[in-house]
Amino acid sequence: MPPPSATPPLLVQRPAGLYVPAADLHIDPVRPVERAVITHGHGDHARPGHGAVLATPETLAIMAVRYGPDHAGATQPLPYGRSLDLGAVRLRLVPAGHVIGSAQIVLDSGGMRAVVSGDYKRAPDPTTPPFEPVPCDLFVTEATFGLPVFRHPPIGHELARLAASRAAFPDRPHLIGAYALGKAQRLIASLRESGEAGPIYLHGALERLCALYTELGVELGPLRPLREAGAADLAGALVLAPPSALGDRWQRRLGDPVTGLASGWMRVRARARQRNVELPLVISDHADWDELTATIAEIAPARLWVTHGQEEALVHWARGLGIDAEPLSLQGYTDEGDGAGETEAPA
Amino acid sequence: MSPFADLLEALAFEPQRLGKLRHLTRYLSRTPDPDRGYALGALAGTLDLAAAKPALLRRLVETRVDPVLFALSYDYVGDLAETVALIWPSRPPTEDPPRLGEVVEMLASAHRTSVPGLLEAMLDRLDASGRLALVKLITGGLRVGLSARLARTALAEYGAVPVEAIEEVWHGLDPPYTELFAWLEGRAPPPRAEGRGLFRPVMLAHPLEEAELSHLDPAAFAAEWKWDGIRVQAVAEGGRRRLYARSGDEITAGFPDLLPALDFEGALDGELVIASGGTVRPFADLQSRLNRKAPAPALMERLPAAIIAYDALSLEGEDLRARSFAERRARLETWHAARAPDRITLSPLLPFASWEELAARRAEPPGPAVEGVMLKRRDSPYLAGRVKGHWWKWKRDPFTIDAVLLYAQRGHGKRSSFYSDYTFGVWADDGLVPVGKAYFGFSDAELKEIDRFVRAHTVGRFGPVREVTHTEEEGLVLEIAFEGLQRSARHRSGIAMRFPRVARLRWDKRPAQADRLATLEALLAAIEAGGG
Ligand SMILES: [Zn+2]
Ligand SMILES: [Zn+2]
Repeated sequence: MPPPSATPPLLVQRPAGLYVPAADLHIDPVRPVERAVITHGHGDHARPGHGAVLATPETLAIMAVRYGPDHAGATQPLPYGRSLDLGAVRLRLVPAGHVIGSAQIVLDSGGMRAVVSGDYKRAPDPTTPPFEPVPCDLFVTEATFGLPVFRHPPIGHELARLAASRAAFPDRPHLIGAYALGKAQRLIASLRESGEAGPIYLHGALERLCALYTELGVELGPLRPLREAGAADLAGALVLAPPSALGDRWQRRLGDPVTGLASGWMRVRARARQRNVELPLVISDHADWDELTATIAEIAPARLWVTHGQEEALVHWARGLGIDAEPLSLQGYTDEGDGAGETEAPA
Repeated sequence: MSPFADLLEALAFEPQRLGKLRHLTRYLSRTPDPDRGYALGALAGTLDLAAAKPALLRRLVETRVDPVLFALSYDYVGDLAETVALIWPSRPPTEDPPRLGEVVEMLASAHRTSVPGLLEAMLDRLDASGRLALVKLITGGLRVGLSARLARTALAEYGAVPVEAIEEVWHGLDPPYTELFAWLEGRAPPPRAEGRGLFRPVMLAHPLEEAELSHLDPAAFAAEWKWDGIRVQAVAEGGRRRLYARSGDEITAGFPDLLPALDFEGALDGELVIASGGTVRPFADLQSRLNRKAPAPALMERLPAAIIAYDALSLEGEDLRARSFAERRARLETWHAARAPDRITLSPLLPFASWEELAARRAEPPGPAVEGVMLKRRDSPYLAGRVKGHWWKWKRDPFTIDAVLLYAQRGHGKRSSFYSDYTFGVWADDGLVPVGKAYFGFSDAELKEIDRFVRAHTVGRFGPVREVTHTEEEGLVLEIAFEGLQRSARHRSGIAMRFPRVARLRWDKRPAQADRLATLEALLAAIEAGGG
């Protein structure tokens, strides 16, 4: 728990999540609340059942696709960069570079500024504008990959490995597990940038969100539902599925696929082995250690709160820089967006 | 270094033999000398760099990384080499990443005191997978599940020559194998092999289908016991004495007690066994001596090695392989009678007039170290590989038990959506105890049935493993066939099975009707007593 200060705090921790008292507003609450602001559409941050929800238009669109149009009593879209006055607090959403519509929440009040970054990354992603560093007094950072062993290679490096495997096994389909929101579309868009023009086959669970990305103006090229593919189409095909569906019975129609998984956890061999895949691809939508530390050094906040992930190492590192760093014990957030899948505890 | 690192990465995650072969041949065809030859040596275990101990790596990394961050990371990753490779804070590279050949040659010629500095400089020039490859290479921990035999198979495929042709020259060559590649690419004649104590590719037998016997003439065949040891080739040439396993891997160092017996100029084919007081000991005794690089004298005294010779590939400098089995056998007998070597016996020929008579002998083997009979055409030359129509193995029937399925794990490739790897158990006093694992023996249709059962009866999940229902009333009984039993401290049951496989699905049985551990223990005691 952060120590109490003389002026009423801009941000506090409550059982439902981070809370802004002056605006009566929860950030990414893990249970239904009256008023919520949502950083991004991943299921552990964006939940249904709130009274009113404030978020980017893209995040609201994702929530509507996932939970139906009535997921909240009322919704209010707030595009990036526009400010909103809520009581004594001025609120602004700034790109977080994590998935489409992902936002950092910038809170200004009485000359103090807090930034809740949600999940973020610094690596380029054709599906979302880049993370924008905002100088502040209190920075709340994630720490999913908060250990110095986590360094994600450039995505081009991993796509080259996928291409090499496809060249080595030209007749086998390549089945890649990628989280349904963000990872799958980033993978597709990056493949397109690298010159892949052919059809990409989708497991049913990816279709709606890919369609939404296309509606939101992200170019994904020719996508085909896997269920419509004939046996001849599948030789050497590229197939995407959610990680939780890998190894399930539906994939028997693929015969003898090379199975891959796109996730930051694939950096560590033991984790990759656990997933039973032949082609571990180190592709993550979360900041790696270098991005986390570079971001904190760049923003240089007086205080740092570290949440969901490997808090300990990052707190240790930040204190070494003279930053007043504290781990937050927020419950209910997982590493969902990195495709760790159904059987793994958040780590 | 990066092509080698990519190869290691691909091999580490490729479960299928054919896939491993594909990766390796692609690498050989796209990588220049000497890098590919060093890579081959590293994979086949013929390149011994062992330039650094893990402790040195730890010291190096601790000069660069905060000890708290290192400790937290090591704790998470669990493997020192991997932690060092991942955490190493590279400085902006001033030079290109080193080639594998450069790394090997630099380390091989470096003085011990300059190794740390060299390593540090190389780690700075590499990316994470390159660093992992380097660290595994120098600490001798590649472990990518690739045998020397598979490496030679890849060479054969690359050069479009029979693998036996590679085996014939392999042991006379060293990394980086430039003359081998020159030959495979048609740029040079094959490297010389004769007279240097090298391995000869072995002749293998086909399993006999009993129905085939009616087409075979008993008079054309010689019969011998099929010994339950390991195939060995004993070579003595020009003062060199060597022992090779069937794969061509050299095992001389593990059996110094045999070397005085290799008193000939040539190459013999036979079975390596443990024999004391005139009896051949069970396979388990041999196992305690395998994989020992330098056996202690006490162990050799307690478990003395012997060779049961059954063929002569070369004697007195004359290559006999083109001659008939009958002629080679006569030469072998003549040599044996003249020298009467201490630890080499002859595999006796079994007289028989009809297949029925041989079948009767097969049913009553002389001891536990016999696992059936061998049939060899009297006129067959010694041919490399598993050539049809010359040699047959007629194994005794396997043992079987009924066991209960406990855990199932998904397979790879074609089987990646099937639960195809099974752990099974039998009843002990306090419930079911695991006694083995099986992942073959069943048909495709049976695999589907088991998979359906596993998915519908899962009671627990541990990563890719599922635990299935196994009460007295509910569960799946598998008939397991196996070749033998031995004691094992590594198994909770204290028993390990040899070659277990699923023989039948016993949907007709309740788990309560499966076998008990006491049954296996009694069988093991019988095997050890020599009755098995
Ligand atoms: Zn998150
Ligand atoms: Zn997320």
